[in-house]
Amino acid sequence: MSADNKNNEVIISVRDLAKHYKSKKAEIHALDGITTDIRRGEVLVIIGPSGSGKSTFLRSLNLLERPSEGTITFEGVDITSPQTDINKLRQKMGMVFQHFNLFPHMTILENMTKAPRKLLGMSKADAEAKALELLARVGLEDRADAYPSQLSGGQKQRIAIVRALCMSPDVLLFDEPTSALDPEMVGEVLDVMKDLARSGMTMAVVTHEMGFAREVGTRVIFMDGGKIIEEGTPSEIFDNPQNERLQTFLAKVL
Amino acid sequence: MGNSMLAYRVSLALPAWLTNLKDQFYVNFIAEDRYMYLAKGLWMTLKITFFAVILGIALGVVAAIIRSTHDKTVADMRPGFGRFILKLLNLIVKLYLTVIRGTPVVVQLMITYYIIFASSTNQVLVAVLAFGINSGAYVAEIIRSGIMSIDNGQFEAGRSLGFNYIQTMTYIIIPQALKNVLPALANEFIVLVKETSVSGYVGIMDLTRGGDVIRSRTFVAFMPLLAVAGIYLIIVIFFSKMVSILERRLRNSER
Repeated sequence: MSADNKNNEVIISVRDLAKHYKSKKAEIHALDGITTDIRRGEVLVIIGPSGSGKSTFLRSLNLLERPSEGTITFEGVDITSPQTDINKLRQKMGMVFQHFNLFPHMTILENMTKAPRKLLGMSKADAEAKALELLARVGLEDRADAYPSQLSGGQKQRIAIVRALCMSPDVLLFDEPTSALDPEMVGEVLDVMKDLARSGMTMAVVTHEMGFAREVGTRVIFMDGGKIIEEGTPSEIFDNPQNERLQTFLAKVL
Repeated sequence: MGNSMLAYRVSLALPAWLTNLKDQFYVNFIAEDRYMYLAKGLWMTLKITFFAVILGIALGVVAAIIRSTHDKTVADMRPGFGRFILKLLNLIVKLYLTVIRGTPVVVQLMITYYIIFASSTNQVLVAVLAFGINSGAYVAEIIRSGIMSIDNGQFEAGRSLGFNYIQTMTYIIIPQALKNVLPALANEFIVLVKETSVSGYVGIMDLTRGGDVIRSRTFVAFMPLLAVAGIYLIIVIFFSKMVSILERRLRNSER
C-alpha cells in the first residue's frame, strides 16, 4: 500500500514544528522540531507514550493548538500564516475527538447537518439526504432523530465520524478515538475507520490500538519527548524496531 | 369620610370584622373606580418589566460573551489590534458590572431620570433603560457562568467543523449555556418584577404607586397595600410555574 502512496501528492506538509509552554518552573517543549508529510490516501498512525506530544501534534494540524515555531502547509496553503482563513481550511479537515463532543442539544441529524447547511450552503433536504446516507453506512440510520445522550459510546463515536464526513473533508484527524470507549465498543468504531481507510480517505490517527496501526496504517510514527523518534511502515515499526525507546514502548504495550 | 363610615357601621349588630372588610373593599377599590389605579399600575409594571427583561438579556449576553471570550482566549492571542480591542471591551464591561452591582437600583433610576434623561418626559423609556441596564449586569454574570460551564470539547468540535468563533458561540455554546442557567435567570426576572416597585420614586404610576395613591385618598393602608402584595405574588407564582414547565420541556428534549 505504501508503495502506491509514494506517487501521491503531499496534502499536509509539516516543517520544524515546535510548541513551547512556559510553566512557572521551566519551559516545556511539547513539540520539538517535527517534520513530516502526509500524502493523499495515506493512513498515518501516530503512537507513543502519554505526554509524548502526539495529541499536540495532531491538534496543531488544524490549529486547535497554535504552534510556537515551524510551518504547516495544507493543500499548498501555509495555515500558520496570520493571513490564512483557518475556518475555511478546517472545513476540509475533519476531526474526531476522544470524548466524541457531539452537541447534546441537537438531534443526531442536526449534529450532522448544521455545519454543511451553515458553512457550505447546502439545502436542508440535500444535507439530510447526505447525512442519512452516511448514517446508513455506519448502521445507525434508525437513530437520526435521537439525542446523543440516548446513544452508547460506540454509537456516539460512529456519529462523530460521520458528522465530520458530512463536510466532505480531504483529511480526517482522529485524536485517540477509542480511548474513552468500553472495550466491547472499540471494535465497532475501528471497523468504521477501516472501512474509511479502504475507501481511500486520508487519515491521521493518534491511537493506542496497535492492532489497528499494524493492520490499517500505511505509515507509523513513533513519538517521544516531542520528537519523531522512528518512522516507517507498520512492519518496520512493529517487527523490526531500531530505536531503544520504541523497543521499550512496544514491549510494554504489545 | 372613611373613618366616620366605619364608626357608624361598628355600632350595628352584624359581625363587625365582616362589615368592616366589605366597607373597606368598597371604599378602596369600587368607589370612584379606584381599582383603576391598580389596573393601570399593573399594566405599567408589566410593560416596564417586559422591556427591561429584553434589554437585560441583550446586554447580559453581549457582556457575558465579551467577558468569557476575554478569559478564554486573550492569553493565546497574538499582540495586535484585535487583542487591544478585546482587552478594552473587557475593561468597559468590568467597569459596567462593578458600578451597576455596587450601587442601589433606586439611585440608578433617579440618576437616569433626573440627570441623564433630565429633558425627557418619557417615563416608561427611562424606567426600561434603568432597570434593563441594571438587570443586564446580573444576567451577564449568570450567563458567563453558564458559558464557562460548557466543556471546552464542545467549542473545539464546533471550530473543527469550520465554524468561526461567533458561529460556534451562537449555534453550540450559548444554547447549552442558557439552558444550564435557566433557573438562575428565572430568579433574576422574579427579582426584577419586584424591583420595578421603586419606580414611584421618579413619579411613575406603577403597581406599588397605584396602591399607595389609593391609600393616600382613603387613608386606609390595609387593603390597597395587601392587594398590591397579592398581585406581585400572583405574577411571581405564575412566572415560576411557566419557567418550570419550560425547564421540563427542555430536559425532555434530551432524554
